[in-house]
Amino acid sequence: MNEPADLVVVGAGPAGLAATATALSGGLRVVLVDSGTTVGGQYWRHPPEHARAAIATGDLHHGLRTYRALCRALAAHRAAGRLDLLLGHHAWSAVREGDGFAVHAVDRRDAPRETTVVLRAPRLLVATGAYDRQLPFPGWDLPGVLTAGGLQALLKGGGVAAGSRVALGGTGPFLLPVAAGLAARGVEVVAVCEAAHPRAWLRHPVPLLRNPGKWAEGAGYAATLARHRVPVRPRTAIVAAEGGARVSAVRIASLAPDGSPRPGTERRVEVDAVGVGWGFTPQLDLLVPLGCALTESADGNAVAAVDADQRTTVPGLYTAGETCGVGGAALAVNEGRLAARSVLADSGTDPAPANRPPTALRSAVARQRAFARAMALAHPVPPAWPEWLTDGTVVCRCEEVTAGAVRAARADGAHDHRQVKQLTRAGMGWCQGRMCGPAVHCLTARGRAYEPAERLVATPVTLGALADLDEGPQTPQTPQSPRAAQSPRAAQAQQAPTDNGHTDKECS
Amino acid sequence: MSEITVDGEPLPFVEGQTVAAALVAAGRVAWRSTRVGHRPRGVFCGIGVCFDCLLTIDGTGGQRACLVPARPGMTVTTREDDDE
Amino acid sequence: MTLKVVVVGAGVVGAACAYHAASAGLDVTVVDRGPVGAGTTSRGEGNVLLSDKEPGPELALAHLSRTLWDEAGRELGPDSLELEPKGGLVVASTAESLTALGEFAARQEAAGVRVEPVESVRDLEPHLAPGIPGGIHYPQDAQVQPVLAAAALLRAAVRHGARFRTGEVSGAVTARDGGRITGVRTAAGDVLPADAVVNAAGTWGGEVGRRLGAPVEVLPRRGFVLVTEPLPPMVRHKVYSADYVANVASSDAGLETSCVVEGTRGGTILIGASRERVGFDTTMNTAVVARLAAQACRLFPFLRGVHLMRAYRGFRPYCPDHLPVVGPDPRVPGVVHACGHEGAGIGLAPATGALVTAHLLGRPWRGADPAAHTGLLPDRFLAPEVRPSE
Repeated sequence: MNEPADLVVVGAGPAGLAATATALSGGLRVVLVDSGTTVGGQYWRHPPEHARAAIATGDLHHGLRTYRALCRALAAHRAAGRLDLLLGHHAWSAVREGDGFAVHAVDRRDAPRETTVVLRAPRLLVATGAYDRQLPFPGWDLPGVLTAGGLQALLKGGGVAAGSRVALGGTGPFLLPVAAGLAARGVEVVAVCEAAHPRAWLRHPVPLLRNPGKWAEGAGYAATLARHRVPVRPRTAIVAAEGGARVSAVRIASLAPDGSPRPGTERRVEVDAVGVGWGFTPQLDLLVPLGCALTESADGNAVAAVDADQRTTVPGLYTAGETCGVGGAALAVNEGRLAARSVLADSGTDPAPANRPPTALRSAVARQRAFARAMALAHPVPPAWPEWLTDGTVVCRCEEVTAGAVRAARADGAHDHRQVKQLTRAGMGWCQGRMCGPAVHCLTARGRAYEPAERLVATPVTLGALADLDEGPQTPQTPQSPRAAQSPRAAQAQQAPTDNGHTDKECS
Repeated sequence: MSEITVDGEPLPFVEGQTVAAALVAAGRVAWRSTRVGHRPRGVFCGIGVCFDCLLTIDGTGGQRACLVPARPGMTVTTREDDDE
Repeated sequence: MTLKVVVVGAGVVGAACAYHAASAGLDVTVVDRGPVGAGTTSRGEGNVLLSDKEPGPELALAHLSRTLWDEAGRELGPDSLELEPKGGLVVASTAESLTALGEFAARQEAAGVRVEPVESVRDLEPHLAPGIPGGIHYPQDAQVQPVLAAAALLRAAVRHGARFRTGEVSGAVTARDGGRITGVRTAAGDVLPADAVVNAAGTWGGEVGRRLGAPVEVLPRRGFVLVTEPLPPMVRHKVYSADYVANVASSDAGLETSCVVEGTRGGTILIGASRERVGFDTTMNTAVVARLAAQACRLFPFLRGVHLMRAYRGFRPYCPDHLPVVGPDPRVPGVVHACGHEGAGIGLAPATGALVTAHLLGRPWRGADPAAHTGLLPDRFLAPEVRPSE
């Protein structure tokens, strides 16, 4: 792509793909950046294009028709030179620059080698999705205990099942497709422990009735699980995992309404892998340092505050998908489209007439948001889960900080996860609190939404790559016009054809 | 099937798999010890967020096995001090 | 009757003031709008340095403070502060800067600082880049973990009877005759009775001084610090280049970077320190981060393969003459300033606490004699007519 971009989109999951397709169809030039080897994000995670014959995963997916249509749209614009698709690129910082934005990324297509790239455009759309929310329990750091999303990623991306006898636990509708996918690959799923009450959904019936598509998807999973005789056990939880070099058993307990284990109900089940997830935590790392205001979501997370058309509180900055509240792929696609319509409107470009008018899109988003809210309320974090923790249970996996140490810090007056971090190192390690943050928050500040710590570095970058950024072609920090201020390095990165087979063929 | 070398031993993989997927396919879910408690760790989040699956690839440490695609001839080491 | 003291600010300086004043038997209340050590204290590397200071009032305070950090370590337990007497190594990149560094060190030595010229710097730091002509080893330089240290000092103050309350100070209550402080008002509407108020509000000390009717000029100077992935011990000392000293003392408006590299007990390596005068602008500056990374890699080439895991920034409080302001304000009897320490607040905290306590008691305390630190008094900023007659 030789012309400067009008829009940078970070994240090629459902929201980012849909936004990119809509923006392209409206005539904009787009740079789409993603850390993966292929587009699709977590929901539509696929092996790279060239490996799809060897690793068949098509039957594990839902909504592939939309995915394929989006891929076709992107491929056409890419061939026409209007889309620059940068896969294997990890965005580590996004900053305001002049009237626009600069996204700093590292190109890791040739990992472990990495080189820095700067992508500039007057508008930025962040669609970085979410990751599994974790609640620690004794033994959760044993090998073979994975996040539910981790099991799914290995299956969808690599065709690999992480165990042969698996227990799943946590809460939320996501556990069902994970169980169905594993079962479809011959894994014995010994239990799906859903902490919520089965009738909790009925407390908010209207959003359920207005989203029949979700019923069909759920019914599909239920049929698969019934066929494979997978037991779904409501109001139970995996309260401990046991093992040495690898997990060998879980302890499953029935839960009282507050989430405390009912005495005498605990039973031991032998497994060789476990998947756990308690909903999701939005990935806000690029948004928070830009000064984007947050708001509280029904699932207990702080999420990006957006207007009815996906504009954040920062002019020129848009976000769509899980970053503004966890709600699934169908909602993310619609929010992505809506966000791109806003970009087009704000850029003074008339949206292509073929697109759905924003009012229909807006009402679809509202309907799906209401469904997501009902789901979140039906699948809360059990208030009494800290009872499962012993003082010796590791809470921060990286710095190996125990629940006892976190409780001691709280007793010392620490009243949020940031203070606990300063006093105990919980959240100071490699993952920077991404895994333990929500749990430490629950242990100290229950009742408030979880706001992640501000992370100025969204993904680790080698100091060598940063040093080259300093010593490379000097770019003005505050250019007159962001469009005219592409660094030679970024321009070069954008012009260079992707040299890896797997990225080259993408969306073709 | 292609191969990478893990701690001197050949490990087969299917083109397109990450290093983590190749290790898990071979039955390995842990390949690292923690700095303080020397606990075994391996793949956990599978999507690059938790940093439990760190190892050294072609001499460079701090690589997330779940993100890096396996390439024929790649040399992987899973020393205890990958976290140190 | 016991003197009632309100300390405004629960950063490391406020905590040290509370610790010394409560140890001396005064009735102490610490007020902060946030928790302990949440401001600039949590944004520093924990420098306890003599090496970067010119002979003068600040070095005199730093000298005393170094002794008092050791005493605090003995009383509170060195682990509770993560006090590490690791020593500093200042390296010169050229023969000329080595000469200049040597002359600077000679003046410091004359002022009582222990300096040890080093010819082969890689004997002390094996991973330094080759070709560095030499440097100076400062064995007295040390490090603490600032938030742990502030929390430990405040806990010790509480053991001596001090109270910590959350609140924001909105103004002073003064007596009708002579305007002496009788209390402070909080934003919530409470009045805390006080015979004296210590302004230990750090970067916000200018604003607190204004609210107390005793304004002092304290301005923010932004700094970024980089934190690497955890590593086995690779850097033993606090290592920095000789131009750091020039930058610390500089008044230039623009960006200055001169990197300081050091390991921590957690295994991470800290890389400081940029200096920018941009007000309280919290924006990420990737150019500064890249510049610090480049400078650190030039000192320690192995860092090229090491990951930057985190970056953070804070605002150093500085006075126009780059000296802290410590002592009673003659305009409002009862107000004692203890702020404006710029990048040296961690290192200077214990001596500042002792000196404030000495001012409150009207006699020397723990080696701090007000008569020996007159260069830090607020009088230096005041018009002659309000200065106390000497």
